[in-house]
Amino acid sequence: MMFMDWILHNAPVLILALPLLAAFATPLVGKLGKWPRNVFVVSVAVIVEALVIYLASDVIANGMHTYVFGAASGILLPSGYSVPVRIIFQVDAMSVFMAIISATVTLAGIVYSWAFVTDKQGQSKYYTLLLMMAVGMFGMEFTGDLFNMFVFLEILSIASCALVAFRISFSESSEGALKYMVVSAVGALFVLIAIALLYGQYNVLNLAAVGSAIQFTALDKIALVLLVSAFAMKCGAVPMHMWTPDAYSAAPAPITMVLVSASQASMYALFRIAFTLYGVSMNTGAVGWFIIILGVLSMFIGVTMALPQKDIKRLMAYHAISQSGYMLLGVGVGLATLGSSAFNEYGLTAMKGGIFHIINHAMYKGLLFLTAGAIYYRLNTRNLNKMGGLGHTMKWTAAFFIIGALAIAGIPPFNGFASKVLIYESVFRFSPLLSIIAMLVSVLTLASFVKVFHSAFMGPRLPEYEGVAKEVPWPMFVAMALLAAIVVAMGLFPNLIVDNLVTPAAQALAGRADYLNAVMGGA
Amino acid sequence: MFGPLETGAGYWTPLVWVGSMVVVVLVTLVIRGLGERTAKNTHMKGDPFMSGNPEVSKENSHVRAGNIYWGFLKAMEPYYKPLMKWHNGNVNDYVLMFIMVIAVLLLAIVLPGVF
Repeated sequence: MMFMDWILHNAPVLILALPLLAAFATPLVGKLGKWPRNVFVVSVAVIVEALVIYLASDVIANGMHTYVFGAASGILLPSGYSVPVRIIFQVDAMSVFMAIISATVTLAGIVYSWAFVTDKQGQSKYYTLLLMMAVGMFGMEFTGDLFNMFVFLEILSIASCALVAFRISFSESSEGALKYMVVSAVGALFVLIAIALLYGQYNVLNLAAVGSAIQFTALDKIALVLLVSAFAMKCGAVPMHMWTPDAYSAAPAPITMVLVSASQASMYALFRIAFTLYGVSMNTGAVGWFIIILGVLSMFIGVTMALPQKDIKRLMAYHAISQSGYMLLGVGVGLATLGSSAFNEYGLTAMKGGIFHIINHAMYKGLLFLTAGAIYYRLNTRNLNKMGGLGHTMKWTAAFFIIGALAIAGIPPFNGFASKVLIYESVFRFSPLLSIIAMLVSVLTLASFVKVFHSAFMGPRLPEYEGVAKEVPWPMFVAMALLAAIVVAMGLFPNLIVDNLVTPAAQALAGRADYLNAVMGGA
Repeated sequence: MFGPLETGAGYWTPLVWVGSMVVVVLVTLVIRGLGERTAKNTHMKGDPFMSGNPEVSKENSHVRAGNIYWGFLKAMEPYYKPLMKWHNGNVNDYVLMFIMVIAVLLLAIVLPGVF
């Protein structure tokens, strides 16, 4: 019992430390052979998943965890000045909600990679970088410190960049990685400038401390603009979305799946900044409407750009942009109504819909990218024009694709419908037009995936793929089956997820005072 | 666990929906079972009718992705032309869009407080 208490107390740091240490140990374990290395990496991912679930259960039941690194009194310099060297991890229901997504997606990605990444050199470094991505995501989700958030954003971006370029023999991989690097570097630079503006005024970097002191001065407003814009670009919101199809399509399929989760970590940062750092001290209506507009643009332009695509992963990448729009719309309506009676009437439900859509999207879009990877694994092409008849020989992949496609299109009883219905009904009370656009986008999404299903899986067997198009190895199958099972289960029992994970997450995000008081003690 | 999902304006119960679908499938199977039993064995059943023309090979009869929604995309050309031009793959433009969003947001958030 003592041991379990120790685990629970240190879970926030263990969830980061384990993959971080394992990342650097992987090349060493890799010297023993592929099997020991793969078993080692999968074991670490399973342990991290278990730790995240354990921590989540406690956070949901007993409230926020605050983990402090460093001494309370600080480091005393010879001059007598005490430097407060402290970093705080603040894990609330929203943080653990995001961590569950990151851990699950990373686990599925590692299992899938076992069979998918077998013909390339540097596989141990591949796993090192994949674990570093997990560290970056967990760090962004757990940290209660603004500069720390920037550091983890950089860790995540650098690891992601290297993995986008992993298939270096393809020119598009280098191109996609270069674009991702430019966009990430520019975005991170503006995040750093914004943090410097806040630090210059308040002399602190702790999120709760800045949040307590914030005056919404002109400099605070400029910092807000820079932070919101940078994180919106990093989560692929239109019109700053164009790096997304380049990076997503060039990366190996399991990495693309984790990239979706990485973009969601940036979206989490955007929400954390808007709700917790600024909250009602800013003009929530203006910023909320800005996020709503980004959401609507992302939904509509994302889906209409997906329709004419012929590269299966580019098509799915545009859908990832489109689906991010639903999350921005739902949470944007929550922000626009924050502090008014409308928030309790429908704003909180819209936020629940947007937050529920984050986990749903991570699961079904991850599944869809893995099915695209399975097709590429067998056919060595992503060109839909060259595909056909795969349903005859890749029946399980076809079944998984159908589950993912119906979920993303919002067809009942899959999970996409459950979150979309929350968004439709609550947003309708805010603005009927926005709700109608969201429904139209779902129709276009279905049309787009009907096209993919027809061109890849339907039709007669193509002679060029005779003997080639067959089911994928078991690790890839297991990863797809895991995500498909989650998609179906969350679709059949949505209230279970909403009551136990989504509602606490939405309330934690909206409950700014609790977050600030946990550190500032009621200041 | 099996309760409805409250949506604020109503509720959603997936298990009731699944149950309804099972009933619909069963009714469909019953109706199908009442049909002509020899139909299954009919020669050439399911073959395409090409108005007397010879059937094209299986490989060539598959409608490829590039042809699907061709009419829709053609009709929407005025919408798609500038959209495609905008997605030119030039990373300078990616950063330009970011700067433009910052500019718009600065005007919307910062400027009202200045004047």
